Amino acid sequence: MSATVLSLRGATKRFGGLVAVNGIDFDVTEHEVMGLIGPNGSGKSTTLNLISGALKPTAGSITLHGTEIAGLAPQEINRKGVARTFQLVRMLPSMSVLDNVMAGAVFGHRRAWGQAARDKAMALLDRVGLSGRANNRIGELTYIDTKRVELARVLACDPRILLLDEWLAGLNPSELETGITLIKSLRDEGRTIILVEHVMDAIRSLCDRCVVMTSGTKIAEGTPAEVLNDPEVIRAYLGDDDA
Amino acid sequence: MNLSRDDIPALAFSALLLGLAAMLPLTGSSYWMGIGLSIAMFTVLSTSWALFSGPTHYISLATAAFFGLGTYTVGLGFESLPFWLLIIIAAAIGAALAGIVGLATLRLSGVYFVIFTLGLAELVRQLTTWVQNLTGQRGFYVLTDIGETEIYLMLVGLAALVFLTGWLIGRSRLGFALRIIGDDEEVARHSGINTARAKVLLFMVSGLVAAATGAILAPRYVYIEPSLAFSPILSFQVVIMALLGGPGRLWGPLVGVIPFTFLWEAISSSFPNQTTLVLGIAFLVIVYALPRGFVGLIEDGRHRLRAREGYA
Repeated sequence: MSATVLSLRGATKRFGGLVAVNGIDFDVTEHEVMGLIGPNGSGKSTTLNLISGALKPTAGSITLHGTEIAGLAPQEINRKGVARTFQLVRMLPSMSVLDNVMAGAVFGHRRAWGQAARDKAMALLDRVGLSGRANNRIGELTYIDTKRVELARVLACDPRILLLDEWLAGLNPSELETGITLIKSLRDEGRTIILVEHVMDAIRSLCDRCVVMTSGTKIAEGTPAEVLNDPEVIRAYLGDDDA
Repeated sequence: MNLSRDDIPALAFSALLLGLAAMLPLTGSSYWMGIGLSIAMFTVLSTSWALFSGPTHYISLATAAFFGLGTYTVGLGFESLPFWLLIIIAAAIGAALAGIVGLATLRLSGVYFVIFTLGLAELVRQLTTWVQNLTGQRGFYVLTDIGETEIYLMLVGLAALVFLTGWLIGRSRLGFALRIIGDDEEVARHSGINTARAKVLLFMVSGLVAAATGAILAPRYVYIEPSLAFSPILSFQVVIMALLGGPGRLWGPLVGVIPFTFLWEAISSSFPNQTTLVLGIAFLVIVYALPRGFVGLIEDGRHRLRAREGYA
């Protein structure tokens, strides 16, 4: 039985009268890849934002290795070991590729500086397939390469848990294959990952377990095969007729 | 500390320039001393302003508030305390005020921050005027035996300190954090950077330097009153000069200060009654024609040169 890394209990987020996330419970254990799926507007990204600290939960608890992190500022949560990518990729446009990755290495969960940070960033650029691009400017990169840079920056934080917010979205079919292989290699390293994703192939091949959300509520949890055959899940995605 | 191969010539060159600047009083010309004083003063103010505003893109119009507090510190204390101590007290007051203002306002972004700092400078000026009216004074005399040469040399010394501080910050984690904040504050926060602390620290540095500059210049004014010490135009001049040079590089503001001082000198002697008007026009022209300042112009030129060599 592996240790629980992250657990949510009754995590809730209200925006005025709208309940975006309604009392979500789930646990993520070490070395597990957990998929957070559901139709558009079901509250997946909001849940991720609650974990990363971008939004403060209205109620409920979120613990990382038993320590409460709900309501902390994003920089504090990051330093405790939660690192994320963004749904719309976010780069540091005035800096080189190397500096973008060093940002994670210098300020993240495990902090390095100078040559150590540079070596770490270079190693991660190799890791995500950007060898030799260290001195490029961000504007010179293709879309998938900016995604790789963001992934390397996040890995440079040495996170205990990695949050990927639709990291595969917007890739063309061949890029998608490369992207899935890359995430799979992270999974094989034994990293703990939560991914919000729409690409079903990716969910089937990457996730150990999935949590399905609709209208802010968890409706199913289990292996990808289990949840994707669950009538409730099919109804949430496709409506009553197909269930 | 590790110095790279490029650092030593750059440091030596800077030291040489500062040494040359410090020899200006030897010319014995009062015209050149006047120009030199202006350049030294605005170099210090614009460079320290750009330490904060350059990387973060937060435009502060509060320079006059810190500067005025500095001159008033000297005005109130020059009879009882040594001058050097007053400069340190002024710097401490400037840093403290910047710290308080920073904690209260750096959550504001963009135009709200600009307006707040402008309002702050005006508030401090009005408060000072009000207190002085209560005590029945308009202003007061600062009579010391400190002459232009001493003031000039102190400013050059302060400029050296500002450049050294800026250089050290640029190589530090704090400097790297500020660049990240300037690019994307959300990424900075999610990379573990305490963005509020980094911004407040740098704002305190610029507040400290502006207050110390005000203190050093107080003896030159002889008679100080709120409209002079807290003159809002000072805040604008500092911003214009820094933008003209280019706030993205440590030496950027300096390349703005020197031509602007001569321009200002020419404007105020040729159009003594329309200086503000001309200043406004100069501001518009600079923002439209040189959005990245002289630094941007120089770097574009270099880039084009390199590109041409690449094709040759």
